[in-house]
Amino acid sequence: MVGIAAWGAYAPRLRLSRRAVVEANAWVAPNLRSKGKGERSMANWDEDALTMAVEAARDALGTADDRSQIDALYFASTTAPFADRLNAGIVSAALTLEKSISASDVTGSQRCGLTALGQALAAVQGGVARAALVTAGEHRRTRAASALELDCGDGAAAFVVTADAGAAELLGRGSVTDDFVDHFRGNDGGFDYAWEERWIRDEGIVKLVPPAVKRALEAAGVAASDVAHFCFPSTFAGMAATLAKGLGIRPEAVRDNLAAVMREAGCAHGPILLAHALEQAQAGEIIVVAQFGQGAEALVFRATGQGSRPARGVTGALADRQEETNYMKFLTFNGLVEWDKGMRAEKDNKTALTTLYRNEDMILGLVGGRCRETGVVQFPRTRISVAPNNPAVDTQEPYRFAERRASVLSYSADYLTFSMAPPNHYGMIVFEGGGRIMMDITDVSPGDVDTGLPVKMVFRIKDVDEKRGFVRYFWKAAPDRSAQAAQTAVAAE
Amino acid sequence: MAKGIRDKVAILGMGCSKFGERWDAGPDDLMVEAYIEAMSDAGIEPSQLDAAWFSTHVDEVGTGKGGTPMSIALRLPNIAVTRVENFCASGSEAFRGAVYAVASGAADIAIALGVEKLKDTGYGGLPVANPGTLTPQVMPNGSAPGNFAQLASAYRAKHGVSKDDLKRAIAHVSVKSHANGAKNSKAHLQKPITVDQVLNAPMIAEPLGLFDCCGVSDGAACAIVTTPEIARALGKKNLTMVKALQLSVSNGYESQYNGWDGSHFHTARIAAGKAYREAGIERPREQISMIEVHDCFSITELVTMEDLFISPEGQGWRDVMDGFYDADGGVPCQIDGGLKCFGHPIGASGLRMLYEMYLQLQGRAGPRQLKDPVFGMTHNLGGAPASNVCSVAIIGQEGA
Repeated sequence: MVGIAAWGAYAPRLRLSRRAVVEANAWVAPNLRSKGKGERSMANWDEDALTMAVEAARDALGTADDRSQIDALYFASTTAPFADRLNAGIVSAALTLEKSISASDVTGSQRCGLTALGQALAAVQGGVARAALVTAGEHRRTRAASALELDCGDGAAAFVVTADAGAAELLGRGSVTDDFVDHFRGNDGGFDYAWEERWIRDEGIVKLVPPAVKRALEAAGVAASDVAHFCFPSTFAGMAATLAKGLGIRPEAVRDNLAAVMREAGCAHGPILLAHALEQAQAGEIIVVAQFGQGAEALVFRATGQGSRPARGVTGALADRQEETNYMKFLTFNGLVEWDKGMRAEKDNKTALTTLYRNEDMILGLVGGRCRETGVVQFPRTRISVAPNNPAVDTQEPYRFAERRASVLSYSADYLTFSMAPPNHYGMIVFEGGGRIMMDITDVSPGDVDTGLPVKMVFRIKDVDEKRGFVRYFWKAAPDRSAQAAQTAVAAE
Repeated sequence: MAKGIRDKVAILGMGCSKFGERWDAGPDDLMVEAYIEAMSDAGIEPSQLDAAWFSTHVDEVGTGKGGTPMSIALRLPNIAVTRVENFCASGSEAFRGAVYAVASGAADIAIALGVEKLKDTGYGGLPVANPGTLTPQVMPNGSAPGNFAQLASAYRAKHGVSKDDLKRAIAHVSVKSHANGAKNSKAHLQKPITVDQVLNAPMIAEPLGLFDCCGVSDGAACAIVTTPEIARALGKKNLTMVKALQLSVSNGYESQYNGWDGSHFHTARIAAGKAYREAGIERPREQISMIEVHDCFSITELVTMEDLFISPEGQGWRDVMDGFYDADGGVPCQIDGGLKCFGHPIGASGLRMLYEMYLQLQGRAGPRQLKDPVFGMTHNLGGAPASNVCSVAIIGQEGA
């Protein structure tokens, strides 16, 4: 039976204190004080919907290099970096998926994460795809001192859908489509424009979501009272409970919407709640996930208690946390402050698209080379091997570095060069199994890095060409905090 | 086995502009300043020049590309001018070209001139470089101090030196160079400093503070070379001879192969070994009278002392602390203030190092004069520790 074989999730490490936000804005927006409890997940300057979606997908796929089983990819986001460039194509290249896959961007509504999951399930059910990867990421840009700023969080979730369910089998699906404009964002890249909350709740969510859930339950042949996990993201207090009551779903089935710890990650939030439910569901339990947006999307699953569990998942991602109390940093990261970057930032970041394509697997996939004859591993792949005593010619096979464990050989924290988060940390990273790359080190503060620090590879924004609206992606090193903890534990013994 | 360059070419004359923030001078003015001094020292006319080598590194400011800027600024008699660029070692490259031309017999007298006009960017530090189309898509957005600072972390890890000990040792490197620079009227920075000033300076790239970084300066330096026979015919005595010229260039071993430990310069060791062989030097710690090394950053100078086989590996920091490289030490280093204080106009620096060694060998170094130097060595590095070009040159007394 078709269903979810594996899942993964991602939340950026930074968690912005909502209290810091409301206090900074209290002079102009005292009405927001009530939203001052808890945290919102906050993308680092080099993270966006796409990079987070890649990380969630890696969590779902695991560390095996061979991902050739995936033959379809759906990337869902309303905040994808490109309006006309297949964003899923970038995701695919980052994950080194096969060139023969089908890939699409699913967008246009807050429910598009579940829409993409529904499409993937349908594709596998219909035999169009064998193993579909769905990944949803969201990084909404909000005006300073707005309610939305406090209601949004950043995050991503991903699923591998196959014909033999694994972790959860699909029982039913229901949709409602209605042009109910609770908010909109024009294609000028500006900000959301939202209508009155009471109308959205009473006329929108309460009337449009239940029919989708009912349809899904009917298709599943499941009684509402049998639902064990009801996932419905909303920043309106008690919204999921209200819906559950109307639908006949038991109150205790209503799941924590994680708003206290990350707020709501747009179209990725339904998928995140589903992933979280999969992490906690017992075998045989019924999971319903629904999300609102010009109607609603609802899916019903039965957990199997099997399938592959992610290394991190929602639980792991949320546990990897660092509080951020600097609201100015949040504004700066999100391009909401015209700040003095200095003359060093004036360099032109025009990307040679020819160079990018010629080196696609190297830049987007972090693929280097391995010498067939000597086994020497290197980055980048070159015609003549770097091995000092055997410069063999044309012996290099593609070799993936992204999932290899690595550590810092040398580093500096550079206050001179331009950085969105100074000082810019970078250094020589050496990989277990061979190879080394001089690369940026992200998600660190001064004092965090030293020779020997275990690191993992993360897919991030390298540079932004503001003049032409192009985003450059590459890989960076980030502290491997689980390996670090293990090291510390060994040292303590 | 090549016979090498030893004793085939003599330095006929040298010149060097005042280095510093030369708000008053463009690259042409700087070139003329160094050229007039060198021509006057050589005692020749422009018509006696057969060929020229011209070094600049930065295209974003300064002269731009090509050989014409030098030919036009100096009104050379339509002779060959080859512009060379090899990062911060460009000046040594110009010298190498001129020396090889004379050694080959293709030229009787050749001139090498390097210039850099850096202080037209509007900001401190080196100009932001344009590294091509692939590099910026993968390499960190770094800086020279950030790249060289990495030596410190790897050196500490390899030799078990504490952060504080290493910071103090590299502070001593800078204090020594400032003391020397105070005796050099052409130097960019001529004020002595204290260890506390170095330790408390603003951080540039961990662990390098402001005083761990060399001056970013405008300047030009020039050398005129010929055969010993022609030099003597022109009335020169006490010739300063070229003893060795070596250049070693990274091939990716350091940056792509897991062999290099990040704490030293692979190329410097190769270039130094070859230079000693070429010059017939077997015990450098005893035989080398003085050195000018590429002290772009204090940590670079410290590890270079080991790479040149003068300090034993892992002991360079102790020699530094013991004053072995001070003006009154065993092997005075940066007697003119070095890049640190004389300054670092990139394309000129290799020639500036040779200028000081030449003055010392000629006994014309004024208040900095060392007693009876025999061999002077220059070490001129370009690039970054993980990928670089390293020039090592030795000049010395005739007959040595």
